[in-house]
Amino acid sequence: MSQKILLDKINVPGIKTYEVYRQNGGYASVEKALKTLTPDEVVEEVKTSGLRGRGGAGFPAGMKWSFIDKKSGKPRHLVCNADESEPGTFKDRYLMEFIPHLLIEGMITSSYALGANLSYIYIRGEYMWVYKILERAINEAKAAGFLGKNILGSGYDLELYVHCGAGAYICGEETALIESLEGKRGNPRIKPPFPAISGLWSNPTVVNNVETIAAVPWIVNNSGAEYAKIGIGRSTGTKLISASGHVKNPGVYEIELGLSVYEFMNSDEYLGGMSSDRPLKAFVPGGSSVPVLPAHLIYKTAAGEDRLMSYESLSDGGFATGSMLGSGGFIVYNDTSCIVRNTWNFSRFYHHESCGQCSPCREGTGWMEKVLHRIENGHGREEDIDLLLSIQSKIEGNTICPLGDAAAWPVAAAIRHFRDEFEYHIRFPEKIKNRDHFITEPFEKVKYLVSKVIV
Amino acid sequence: MERTYHKQEINMTEALITRINELISHYPEDKRKSALLPVLHEVQDAHENWLSIELMDKVAEILLIKPIEVYEVVSFYTMYNQKPSGKYMFEFCQTSPCCLNGVEDLMDYTCEKLGVKVGEPTPDGLFEVRGVECLGACGYAPIMQLGDFYKEHLTAAKIDQLIVDCKDNKIVLHDK
Repeated sequence: MSQKILLDKINVPGIKTYEVYRQNGGYASVEKALKTLTPDEVVEEVKTSGLRGRGGAGFPAGMKWSFIDKKSGKPRHLVCNADESEPGTFKDRYLMEFIPHLLIEGMITSSYALGANLSYIYIRGEYMWVYKILERAINEAKAAGFLGKNILGSGYDLELYVHCGAGAYICGEETALIESLEGKRGNPRIKPPFPAISGLWSNPTVVNNVETIAAVPWIVNNSGAEYAKIGIGRSTGTKLISASGHVKNPGVYEIELGLSVYEFMNSDEYLGGMSSDRPLKAFVPGGSSVPVLPAHLIYKTAAGEDRLMSYESLSDGGFATGSMLGSGGFIVYNDTSCIVRNTWNFSRFYHHESCGQCSPCREGTGWMEKVLHRIENGHGREEDIDLLLSIQSKIEGNTICPLGDAAAWPVAAAIRHFRDEFEYHIRFPEKIKNRDHFITEPFEKVKYLVSKVIV
Repeated sequence: MERTYHKQEINMTEALITRINELISHYPEDKRKSALLPVLHEVQDAHENWLSIELMDKVAEILLIKPIEVYEVVSFYTMYNQKPSGKYMFEFCQTSPCCLNGVEDLMDYTCEKLGVKVGEPTPDGLFEVRGVECLGACGYAPIMQLGDFYKEHLTAAKIDQLIVDCKDNKIVLHDK
């Protein structure tokens, strides 16, 4: 049984409301920080905790905070990134919907640490009902004296608001998010300057994921050193994993980092194994942009060690035999799934979501989508596989923001691990006419056909 | 390409103006433009789920910005509609995890049932089926967005019931 620090009270009846949240020890971190700690001491605790950004990049949060420009005297802002849109990821929504005050508490304590007096939660427009939940929670917190002027008599002022997006994955990239918050199109900015120096309205700004901010109250209450004891190595603390696809119990789980992938997949406490008891074919551990892994690399690394749910273990082997923890969007595929179809689906997503600013991404994502679409629909050509590899290699690293990489990696990984499946689509177009082709006849059963054909 | 001009009646009610002013107050005085996205949501919700040029111009006037600053935002974000849409828009998530759970079959089913293609409203203007990208509810697939809410773990039977409920005016689209 993993220790829970974010979702430990999620089942307390009424925890959505201020009263119940407060009765269960809520807002203690605000009291502790404002009354007994200096802002820099809070930053130090977060540094000591080893907490890493939970949005996907895994950058140490305390380090990010320490970059904020406090010398210029400009107003500072904390912006919470709740623009959760990475396919496979739905953890932040769960937290905000069912324990909204945890995020509000984290925002207040973290804003205090950064010396921010005006902070925002940027939530994706589709989560409109969650936007309303947060708005009400903020009003409750304000009525209770945890927001506004001179909070708890400490002399610290903070205004906190929710801001909603309107359907653009790209706004999850921090500089695009800032642009969007300024009322503009979500085109990422060239860095440097980094938001910590020049962010929202050119003011020093820190952008953190919901889950990162929600971990701060526990760290302040129990100390960074205590937090660092949870987890494994440099993967400290707990992580929310949102699991979907062909598993028995999809949903959101809080795990201690370092749990084995095998246990997470198969124990009844978590995913409970595969749905319909079909064999496992592949998984994507951290949202659609991280490399897909085939069955033989899921439970064990290439070196034969147990694969663990941690930043290091999931990326063990690099892109050749590893993947990434990313946002914790855990998608599981059984033997009836078609990797080509799935890769095309992801490519369509990235093509749709490309902001259009950089040519390699704007054009390249469209080309990849088209080529994958024709392979999936039985019109593929023998040279298409190399063409795809060539396109993806020209997007990767050649764009302002990481969306280009995010679009390129899944294609490269799918070909790396499932090349024979692409070849099968190209050589046996009559067998893949129906979109359910592998449901009626899993690839495992027809795989032999690929090796028999001499090209 | 054929272009149809759709007329929209603009009705800035007192409640809407109050809400807009409240949203504007969330940003510093000289950063009114920042309120653009939330204001557009409110205005669209109050105007049958779409934004005409005239309505966008009205928003520009309120936020003290140029009309082009509104147009470029409206055309960038998928949640703003520039032409009339079905009142009940069934927006199915069609990204991978939903596909693994049969959303494509369900979309076909819904289109057939309503007698429409994806993206075209029913003649009475009541329904429209759309495919959208990941809505962030992968564990509850297949899902759709209807107004401000999600409908999860969908089945053909649930779709049938939803259509009946929409016709009977039992579905709340917005949480105001």
